[in-house]
Amino acid sequence: MSNGRFGMHGGQYIPETLMNAVIELEAAYDHYKNDPDFNRELAYLFNEYAGRPSRLYYAEKMTRDLGGAKIYLKREDLNHTGAHKINNVLGQALLAKKMGKTRLIAETGAGQHGVATATAAALMGMQCVVFMGEEDTKRQALNVYRMRLLGAEVVPVTTGTGTLKDAVSEAMREWTRRIDDTHYCLGSVMGPHPFPTIVRDFQAVISREIKQQLQEKEGRLPDAVIACVGGGSNAIGSFYHFIPEPSVRLIGCEAAGRGVDTFETAATIATGRLGIFHGMKSYFCQDEYGQIAPVYSISAGLDYPGVGPEHAWLHDTGRAEYVPITDDEAVDAFEYLARTEGIIPAIESAHAVAYAQKLAPTMGKDQIVVITISGRGDKDCAAIARYRGEDIHE
Amino acid sequence: MSNIASAFARGKAFIPFITCGDPDLETTAACVRACVANGAGLIELGIPFSDPTAEGPVIQAANLRALTGGVTTDRIFGLVRDLRRDVAVPMVFMTYANVVFSYGAERFISTCRDIGIDGLILPDLPFEEKGEFLPLCRQYGVDLISLVAPTSADRIAMIARKAEGFLYIVSSLGVTGTRSEITTDLASIVKVVRANTSIPCAIGFGISTPEQAAKMASYSDGAIVGSAIIKLLAQYGTSAPEHVGAYVRAMTEALG
Repeated sequence: MSNGRFGMHGGQYIPETLMNAVIELEAAYDHYKNDPDFNRELAYLFNEYAGRPSRLYYAEKMTRDLGGAKIYLKREDLNHTGAHKINNVLGQALLAKKMGKTRLIAETGAGQHGVATATAAALMGMQCVVFMGEEDTKRQALNVYRMRLLGAEVVPVTTGTGTLKDAVSEAMREWTRRIDDTHYCLGSVMGPHPFPTIVRDFQAVISREIKQQLQEKEGRLPDAVIACVGGGSNAIGSFYHFIPEPSVRLIGCEAAGRGVDTFETAATIATGRLGIFHGMKSYFCQDEYGQIAPVYSISAGLDYPGVGPEHAWLHDTGRAEYVPITDDEAVDAFEYLARTEGIIPAIESAHAVAYAQKLAPTMGKDQIVVITISGRGDKDCAAIARYRGEDIHE
Repeated sequence: MSNIASAFARGKAFIPFITCGDPDLETTAACVRACVANGAGLIELGIPFSDPTAEGPVIQAANLRALTGGVTTDRIFGLVRDLRRDVAVPMVFMTYANVVFSYGAERFISTCRDIGIDGLILPDLPFEEKGEFLPLCRQYGVDLISLVAPTSADRIAMIARKAEGFLYIVSSLGVTGTRSEITTDLASIVKVVRANTSIPCAIGFGISTPEQAAKMASYSDGAIVGSAIIKLLAQYGTSAPEHVGAYVRAMTEALG
């Protein structure tokens, strides 16, 4: 079995043209991850630029309202650029710069990873090109403008379903065309090795902080950690330091779209099966001949037909649980958190809130649930208004 | 010696690529026969994939036309069975790893042998991942074709030493599609290939004109052409076979 496996998942299923690029990336990462200067620079960027550590906020009203477990929110939405994506991007951009790359390319779904990449490129004086499904450029017009404002070129992708998977495919194609000066800043814990490991390591700051912050506030571990899963980067970041703690339930919330019994879903673990796509072996939504299924979710960031290989493995081993959340449930949770705590979560993160609403009341008052609010919901307001039948213009 | 070697036994081989089911399987069958009648040495049959990440816009569109037309892996197996009644030249499948994996690798590869497919080209299966299918390919006598790229550098020797059937040399960076100029130092790549293997090698990606084909074949044992042929299919649809035949004739004549 080749490099970068999580059980049977992962690997490097990519064209030969890219092999030396990922080998070079792995070697650079193996060197810099233990380099004190690199880690000092990254810590400086995390703290002074991105605003880390992010808060672990006790959601007192929500706790009282649900009447069960004590609820804490990990506020990744308060990071610079408004989502957890900046953690990974600052790490990869710094690494790319050390490798002598001058240009970053990225895919984006909701636009959060694109905005983060454009931000890091502006900060570090690098060129930036972001591939975004045409359908998503319409759903997330504000983020398209933000990327352009930050100096990035945004390329609308019209192939396939015009969503996240097509943006990934197009970014991979662009990387095979131009490798020398270009780093592909992949936005989730997916793709070929070493990306799932690199992205996980940069996002693991989330669970490292949760563990420490909860220790300070409560003197103990949480009973459950809940996060949304598309490719799965905020979820793996939230889970990572709790994986060796068997008392902590790890729960990933997939986008069920209109329901796992419909074709309009993006719930990979609930409806997919084992396959090989976008450089990795993992679970994918696909037909009987292995054609990748067009998936659907109200959330552009979870609208992906696969899941990162480490999640596939955590599912196989039973260490983490994965639950589907429908559009309706997520929109209700979006509104619920806004009204209850005065926090507007990203529609992606609202999937995690929705499951907490179900779970917390079944738990004891002495138990603790942490929900990762992976991003803020400003970007979603127009789309949610439309979902509720109100046509507003940004 | 594998059957694929016979494609190169009579001089330089011209290798056309056709996406199966674009626009329908009858047209694919007629195109294959036109290619053979006009001197093609080996036929590369594409099994369409929904998300072909190594393809440029021309072959992406062909994949979409074929899938929209309802073609499936099973129907393509039927096409090959039918072709094998009168087509003797070697034929290989070009598709993506998931098409083989999801069908059941053993079921797919054993069927290849049964219907007369000689090799398998999987652009998203690099050297490090060959173990996924290689034991089954060996068991059923289907050559798993290796690729080298302009970026392969120190990997060329390693890949060439283990290559089977023929070695596919990718001429340029990027995805499939015609290019006005190919700037890679192919002579140097082929030199390393020759020092490490005795199997034939053919160059593909970006070739469209007889002049380019002749030049590429002067470095190697053959030229592979996809997008230029797919463009004829996009333009002429079900009446493409005669145009494809004429094109293949011009290319095989250029190879001498």
